[in-house]
Amino acid sequence: MAAGAARITAYAALPVLYLLHNDLWFWDEPSRLLGLPVGLTYHVLFSAVVVLAMWRLVRVAWPGDVIDELAGEAGDEGVDP
Amino acid sequence: MTLTVIFAYLAAVLLIGVWSNRRLAATGEDFFVAGRTIGPFVLLMTLFGTHMTSFALLGASAESYRIGIGVFSLMASSSALMVPIVFFFVGTRVWAVGRRLGLLTQVQFVRARWGSDGIGLLLFVVLVLLLLPYLLIGVMGGGVVLGQITDGAAPSWLGSLLVSGVVIGYVTSGGLRGTAWVNTFQTAMFMVLGAVTAVLIVTKLGGVGQALDRVAESRPDLLIRGEAIHPLRLLSYTLIPLSVGTFPHIFAHWLSARRAATFKAPVVLYPVCIAVVWIPSVLLGLFGNIDFPGLDGAASNSVLVRMIALYAPELLAGLLGAGVFAAIMSSLDSQSLSLGTMFTQDVVRHYRWGGDLDEARQVRLGRLFVVGVVATVFLLSLVAERSIFALSVWSFTGFASLLPVVVAALYWRRSTAAGAGAAILTVIALWTWFFVRGIGDADYSVGGTGVMPVAVVFAGSTLAMIVGSLLSTPPAPERVRRFIP
Repeated sequence: MAAGAARITAYAALPVLYLLHNDLWFWDEPSRLLGLPVGLTYHVLFSAVVVLAMWRLVRVAWPGDVIDELAGEAGDEGVDP
Repeated sequence: MTLTVIFAYLAAVLLIGVWSNRRLAATGEDFFVAGRTIGPFVLLMTLFGTHMTSFALLGASAESYRIGIGVFSLMASSSALMVPIVFFFVGTRVWAVGRRLGLLTQVQFVRARWGSDGIGLLLFVVLVLLLLPYLLIGVMGGGVVLGQITDGAAPSWLGSLLVSGVVIGYVTSGGLRGTAWVNTFQTAMFMVLGAVTAVLIVTKLGGVGQALDRVAESRPDLLIRGEAIHPLRLLSYTLIPLSVGTFPHIFAHWLSARRAATFKAPVVLYPVCIAVVWIPSVLLGLFGNIDFPGLDGAASNSVLVRMIALYAPELLAGLLGAGVFAAIMSSLDSQSLSLGTMFTQDVVRHYRWGGDLDEARQVRLGRLFVVGVVATVFLLSLVAERSIFALSVWSFTGFASLLPVVVAALYWRRSTAAGAGAAILTVIALWTWFFVRGIGDADYSVGGTGVMPVAVVFAGSTLAMIVGSLLSTPPAPERVRRFIP
């Protein structure tokens, strides 16, 4: 996948995750999954997916060039406090 | 035994803080932001420890006891998503700008971005007013916990005094570096002790499955979201963790990072830390319904302490007490230091009270302000009502609603001082309006719809930022370039 496309998919995952956080589909579901109530298991697994999404975000969309430009040399332009 | 364990823990914490003093250079930058030298592991642990208060142990279990598993989605997994996003998009850029311009506080950040002294002063007042109740909750929490764990043998003022004294000791000794080192130790403590407590108690209950079966017999409603949480509440609650982007104490820790890449560990691993602390807390709260059904109000806040007294008294009670103290102090230390930094940098140094401040005087003043802030909060804790604990979500609402100002500073070239001022004033007005109506009602929502006030205040703040900026003169390009390349 081209770098630009990879970056876009990494960004796009964030609003998708935001929507997936609101799991109306398990709201009143009493069954269990992996030993826990499914409504709890879903959000534990959701947190694990967030870790993967953040790992990918950091790998393919790290704004190193922007940060480097902003950071410059330490104390480059000290401001009047 | 319980008090012995707690005292031993506090002594260890103090020792780490005092030891860090050996690395302290007598400069403002070293004292207030650890000379911008903090590495990835310590940054992760100190950010997490600073962000998580004792609520993650005691409050989470109490909420789970009351409303069931929904508390995890409401408060834990929402933070697992939103906090790393804020670190990635806001934290890294704040670090970069702060490094280049030598910034130490948010007020300096705002003054540098828009060149307005008045906006800086307005922000200073708002931040202090929002942060003070948060500190008060921490100091009072120490007293309440010690009283509960010792079954009333230790007066609450003693717990508050211990927390205050130890925090003053290591913060004034080691500055932000000492605070970060101690926080790393404390965060590890409350993560490990929370998990150990859960494993011991769940084992005695016959395992997770059996304990859940017993909860299902009497309170099946706790194993679903059901009526306990309105879907709109879940949706709007996701804005609350955005407060991490405007907490002065988190801002200071961002600035302390050695490099931008130091942020990668917190961005990726923050959800893991949240899961480690919150899953045991939520399960133990649920299981509290087995042996202690029907606890109401303040009594339900002590469900975890009651379970430990029943299943694993003495040593574990002491260890839990140490864990809760760790959670309290790892927030209180950074908060008091950030207030000390703000009074030193944004008031005394900025307005040149007493002339120009050399580096050594900055450090001395910073220490004095930390002592003054914590001592004042301790005295207030002796007279404040317990209802102050209800203020935490209101404090988060205010901080979260200020985030549009920071985002505009970093991403919107056209944003202006007038826009920032309009946004801050809108937060003050809407926050006050909702606070007057909602204080005292833990389930308050806008018009009873389930929507939390933070959604409206945040939207109002964003709108005011946009309208105020568009109606005022654009800022000078050379000023913008330092924040948006």
